[in-house]
Formats: sequence, C-alpha cells, structure tokens
Amino acid sequence: MKEYFFDCAVIGGGAAGMAAALEVEKSGFRAVIVERENTLGGILLQCIHNGFGLHEFKEELSGPEYAGNFSEMIYASGVKVFLESTVMEIGEAQGKIHELYCYSAVYGVFTVKAKSVILAMGCRERNRGNIGIPGTRPAGIMTAGLAQRLVNIDGYIPGKEIVIVGSGDIGLIMARRMTWSGCKVHAVIEIQPYPSGITRNIVQCLEDFSIPLYLSHIVSSINGKDRIESVDVTPLRDGIADEEKTFRIGCDTLLLSVGLVPENELSRKAGIRLNPQGSGPFVDSYLMTSRDGIFACGNVLHVHDLVDFVTKESRTAGANAVKYLKSALSARQYKVVSGSNVRYVVPQKFNFEDVSQFYLRSMIVKNDAQIEVKINNHLIKSVKQNHVQPSEMISVSLKKEELAKVTSVNDPELEISII
Amino acid sequence: MKYDVAIIGAGVSGAAVARTLSRYNLKIALIDKEADVSFGTSKANSGIIHAGFHTGRKYLKSRLEIQGNLMFDELQRELGFPFRRCGVIVVAFEEEDLRHVQDLYRQGVDNGVIGIEICSRERILAVEPKLNPDVIGGLHAPNGGIIEPYRFVFSLVESARKNGVELHLNFRVKEAVRKSGYYEIIPERGQPVEAAYVINAAGIFADEISRIFRAESFKIIPRKGEEYLLDRMSPAFPNKVIFPVPSARSKGTLVIPTVEGTMMVGPTAVEIDDKEDTSTSSENLHMIFDFARRIVPSISQKDIITSFAGLRPALEGGDFYIDISEKAENFIQVAGIQSPGLTAAPAIGEYVKDLLKKLDCKLTEKKEYDPFIEKVIQMRDHTHFESDEIVRGNAVYGNIVCRCEKVSEGEIIEAVKRGHTTLDGVKFFTRTGMGRCQGGFCTYKAIRIIMRETGLTFDQVTKRGEGTEILKSHL
Repeated sequence: MKEYFFDCAVIGGGAAGMAAALEVEKSGFRAVIVERENTLGGILLQCIHNGFGLHEFKEELSGPEYAGNFSEMIYASGVKVFLESTVMEIGEAQGKIHELYCYSAVYGVFTVKAKSVILAMGCRERNRGNIGIPGTRPAGIMTAGLAQRLVNIDGYIPGKEIVIVGSGDIGLIMARRMTWSGCKVHAVIEIQPYPSGITRNIVQCLEDFSIPLYLSHIVSSINGKDRIESVDVTPLRDGIADEEKTFRIGCDTLLLSVGLVPENELSRKAGIRLNPQGSGPFVDSYLMTSRDGIFACGNVLHVHDLVDFVTKESRTAGANAVKYLKSALSARQYKVVSGSNVRYVVPQKFNFEDVSQFYLRSMIVKNDAQIEVKINNHLIKSVKQNHVQPSEMISVSLKKEELAKVTSVNDPELEISII
Repeated sequence: MKYDVAIIGAGVSGAAVARTLSRYNLKIALIDKEADVSFGTSKANSGIIHAGFHTGRKYLKSRLEIQGNLMFDELQRELGFPFRRCGVIVVAFEEEDLRHVQDLYRQGVDNGVIGIEICSRERILAVEPKLNPDVIGGLHAPNGGIIEPYRFVFSLVESARKNGVELHLNFRVKEAVRKSGYYEIIPERGQPVEAAYVINAAGIFADEISRIFRAESFKIIPRKGEEYLLDRMSPAFPNKVIFPVPSARSKGTLVIPTVEGTMMVGPTAVEIDDKEDTSTSSENLHMIFDFARRIVPSISQKDIITSFAGLRPALEGGDFYIDISEKAENFIQVAGIQSPGLTAAPAIGEYVKDLLKKLDCKLTEKKEYDPFIEKVIQMRDHTHFESDEIVRGNAVYGNIVCRCEKVSEGEIIEAVKRGHTTLDGVKFFTRTGMGRCQGGFCTYKAIRIIMRETGLTFDQVTKRGEGTEILKSHL
C-alpha cells in the first residue's frame, strides 16, 4: 500500500477543507486535501445561484465562482490534492501520527500519514425515513440537494409538478430553480410555524414566484404506486394533526428539504466524541476534537447558513492546526454550556487567552432578543439581536478583556442564553 | 418458446423450485411480471431463518420449515449469500408469557429443533444484553438465523440460470390456453411461452394465476407487514432475533438484526384487500416503536433510515398449499407461502420436484450441473490490505460510490452485468443507497453507471421497472 506523509491532512475539498488547507500551507507546513469527487468545491458546485461571498470577497458570487476562487488559490499554493479519493477510515494514531486509509480508482488504496487532521466532510440531508412520512414508496421522491445536483450539474429534470417538504434553504432555492426550469411548484410544506430557511430565500424564492408556503402543515401521506401522484397535506392545530382539514395536492415529484446533519460517520468510527444535540464533534476552543491533533470545521462541525462563515471558521481551524504542529496550543480549557433557548453552542470549550468566537442556534423565534454571556452567573456580555429564529445562526465573539473580568473564579463555566 | 416446465413467479418459492429443477435435464422458464426477480413479497421480508418451534408438525409449513432450515449452510457454501445463524429468542415479561414459552419449547423439541433451551432471566440477559431488564425469562433457539432475502433469491436465480433456466421478466400472464400436451402462456406484451408443466408460485397473485389456468379456486388474503429499518449506528443492535410471546392482546413486534449490520423492527400484520397496497402509516410507526421499546429500550425513532411494507400471501387456514392441481392438468400449486416461506423455500423446491415426479415428468440428472456461483467482490468485507490487492487488479473497485454502505463502482458494474438494471435491483444486489443517506449522495452516480453499462438513456433508467422512471426530461 502506498504511503504519503504530510503535516496536516484535510478530509474534504469543499469550502471548509480548502480554507483550512490554505491556512496550514501558508504557515510553511505541508497540507493535503483528500476529496472524493473529481473537482474541488463540494456542494458549492451545484449551488449556481448567487449570494455567496458577501463577507469573504465583498461581492455576490455564485457557488461555483466562490469555489473556483478557492481552488485557484489551492492550485497556486503547495497544497497537495487527491481527487476521486475517499477516506474510508481514520486509523488509530501511531504515536502522534494519524493514518487515513483512502480508496481511489486513480491512486489505488493508499494511506496518508499526518501529524494533524482536519475534518471537513460537510453534511448530508435528512431523508424521508428520518421524518417518517407515511404512504407508498413510488419513484419521484428525492432530497432537494440530489435534485439540485441532477438539475444544475447533470442537466436532468426529475419531474414537472413539484411539491417541496420542508422550507430549508436548499428546498427554497430549488423551488425557484424548478420554476425557472419550466416546472410548476405547487407548494412548500413546513411543519414549524416559521420557515426553516433564511428570510432572503423566502422572499426571493417563494414570494417572488407566488409559491404558497404552508406553515404548521405536514405531509400526512404520499400517494401513487409507480410514480408519486399526490400528497395529503394536513394542518397542525396546537401541534396536533387536524385530520379533518387534510387536503390533497397533485404532483409527480416530491423534494425533501427537511434538515441537514453533519456527516460524522468517519469521526464516530474513529472514536471521536460527538455532540448528540447537533451531531457534530465536541470541540475545544481550538476546534480540536476529543482526539489529539484532529480538528473539525465547517458543516461537519455544525451546519452553517452562509459559506462565508464556513470559510472563517475553517481558517481558524487551520491556524490552530498550525499552532498544534508548533506545539503552541497550551491554553487551559473551560466548559461552555447552552443556556436558555439555545440549541447548541460551538465550540464547547473556551480559554482566557484568545479571542473567543462562538456560534449558536436559537430554539425560539423572537424579536428584540438579548444574547447573554455569563461566567458562573457573572454577566460578561449582553448583545441585542433584532430578531432570532432557529434557522439563523448567531455568532458572538468575546475579547480577552471581556473575559478578563472573571479570571479569579473557580471552575469557570461559560453559559450563553437567549432571553 | 417451448419449455418442459414454466414456473410463474420469481420470488423465493419460484426461485428455489427453479434452482432445484435446474439439476435435471429439463428446459425451464422462470417467469415474473416485474423488472427484476424478488421484487414482490420476497423483497419486503424480515429476513429470518426460523428455528422451527412456532407451529406444530401437523402443518405442512412446519415440516418444510424444519427441513428448509437445515439446508441453508450448504446453500450458503454454494451460493455465498449473506446468512448467519445468530439464533432467535422469545422473551417473556409476565408469568403467563412463561407458560407460552413452555409450550413453544415442547413444540420445538417435538419438531426436532437442535439446541433449543428455556432461559432464566439471567440466562436470557446474557444471551441478549440489549433486552429490557424487566424480562423474566424466555426461549433460545441457536439454529435460527438471519439472511438477506433478496440476495438469497438473486443467488438462487443466478444458479438456476447458470444451469440453463431461462428468465422472462416483465412477463405478466394474461391468458393460458391448454393445447395438446402443453400450455400456451400468453403475456400482456411479448411472445408467449409454451410449457408441458406449470408451477404456480405467483405469491400474492397465485389465486389469479390459478383462475387463469382454470385450476382450483381459492383466495389469497394479503396480510400487510410494515417494518422500519434502523441505522447501523443504532445502540440497540441486538445479537439475536427477538420475538415477543405471541399473545391474544397483540401480534407483537420483532427486533431483528440484519446480516449486513443494520436492524429492523416490525412487522405489523393487517389483512387488507388491495394486493398492491404497500403503504405505511404513522399509527403503525408509533405502535411498533412503543412495542419494540418495551423489549429493547435503546430503540429510537431517530435511528430510522426507512420504512417499507410487504404483503404476505396468506390462505385461509394459514398453511401452505403445495399440491398437484386436481382441475388443471400438469399444474402444481405453490400457494399461501407466507412465513416461514423463506426458511422453507429450499424444502419447497424439493417437495415440488417430488410432485413433478408423480406427474411423470422425467427427471434425469444433468452431468454438467454446477451448484456453485461466482462470488462477488464486496469492498466492505475486506481489510485495507486486501482492498489494495483488489483495486490493483481492477481499479473500479477503488471508486467508492455509496459511502454509507461502502459500495464501489466495480460492484455496481457487476450487478448490472448480472442483470440488475434498475436502481432498486442495483440497490438490493449491492446495497447502494440502502444506508443512512438513502441515496441522497449516490443516486446520480448509480444512474450514470447504469446508463453507461446498459446503454439506456437517462429517461429509461427506472427505480423498479416501467412507470418508475427517475428523470423526466433535461434542460
């Protein structure tokens, strides 16, 4: 079996992996990206709509343009790239060296040995089974992301009469995309009383095309033997299906946009501890997982709304991997917990020596909310947020000075709440 | 096309009969209305090789179950399908249940079930640590097992074809005409098939086939079973197939490990009218999970990958009906093959062979009969070092198409070569798209490989045959 040696191995060549690898290479360490597809860019490549890069490049780019900018930088740098290669296992570390087993039709089966690893595998879509839609199992049902791939990259249209379950961003984008492709999008059905996607997409992808959004509704049955023929839609009243008010919408295609899950099967098998709340790995203030020298960033860590934030977080992970390689990660770690109305906070540890950047998700919809950061009940920061909702990620950063107020506390524990 | 024997239905019964008969100098047609074999009841099966204690010997199904169970080790050696004798248990939570366990034990001993034992609470928890600790005892039969039912059917058919059986798919029998010494079997579309002997193994449609051939009149009652498939990461994965005690209150829910490492809960058992109704319902989902969690508390709905439903072709009285027709000449009924049909299938093959002999069908053994089929490479079964060798030999095995179930392009090419040209056919043969993402990442790749290997255009690739096309048009 062929072996390759690097300072840092990055698993996944999407937005996260590219930013992280560049950061490592920039500091003079040797980085490699192992990517299963035949092009760098990941899911960005099928996101041909614009709206990417406002933070990063100060202009609106399409997904492929955003990816293209980064892949040019990758190829101009010394980062080694293995395309069409799948990491099958992160082996047990031999001393301080991690071993990745990679399979490829191009390079054969090979191992990448590296002192540090950055997980950047992204996320996957939840599917019908995960949300238990009853009914038949005909052709014509697929996740919105698969449909996006088929339409935007392969040029195939899965059907003409579309219903979309879930108002996640990919579903909203696909509502517009399918309409533009000559299909009729009959409805978007959302179980929650509020949309799952960001407001911009609700406006630009549904309202601009008069596509009805049914909030607090579920698909209660899929009908049709060979090909899907219709769905039954039932409104929820106080969270309970009001079956008498069920109505039927004819369709030949059902797209599912019912959430994304960090893709951590590889991490889990490698014994990396995962957070059951968000299914990403537990990471400390350096974005290092429970395994020494293995970092995580981007959607494999937690699902982001904007690729610009993925890039930012991944640079941090790359920079921390560099510090790790220099044996310069020394700050003592303290616990971070999710307070009231917070689903999760990433990272789950903080330290007193660096600027701390936290990402969190709300469990409530609220106007004029306050984000409160406390350490052992001492309020150290309060930020006003005009509007919070579960679909919009919230970021909070803390300066060293803000943290310095409470260094004398025993067993400091940082809690972030939304009130 | 003239045949000695036509077998109608390429589910597990028909496939087992075809393979058994392929040992002899006979020209055999295996006919099915679907686009691939095993696409009916045999697809949506619990995949259990039963131990032989559930019913008494007075039933034909029980006798064939016991005989069939014993045949699986040799069959696996010859055909290489995924099968493991993991053992089955029946669990008791109340005193009354323990009395049932005693009855089942006596029945099992009477039936000759090898190794059957009654377990104390301590023993049953040692045998299956995932059980709810409220369990008070149970029954253990180590000879029961688990199998991939469609893979079993695929391998039987492959072996039969290797030994000369001809497969006619998309062949929906419309009419049968009795000619002198043979039947002309006319499909809805395509060329008729002629055969001297006909075996009705049409599963859920056996009553209609019987009517078409003017044989006995009976009614198949579809009994629907809904099942839920859970992620291989589920902490509830058991060692054993777990049965509740059959009771008047509830038909019960089983907890089943699959040979390939996922697990199932179910099935329900509801008699229905519609022979094509394989829908699932949310009431049953909740019922199944409430029940299953009582047996194995770590079972969780959040681990559901997918659900499916199958229809058991039940007859009144509940037994198999395998016999020479008294009304239609040279016509053999293989009907009512519900549970334990999968277990009994190899014995059904032998039983039907004997019935054919009674009908003076000449059975002489083929010299060139070969019981073995070529094993397929499955990357998931190999160490990295073995995989290295495989990929050096053939690079396409290095391209991992299905990340959840570790399926390579080479495996999909092999599936297509062996005649599985629908997405479901490829899925059942290789496991592509059977894992947690349910094809979210690999469907487009599988479509591309099927197109390339078969020459089909994008709008001809189907999920499971005509009418189930995946893609409607292009930009």
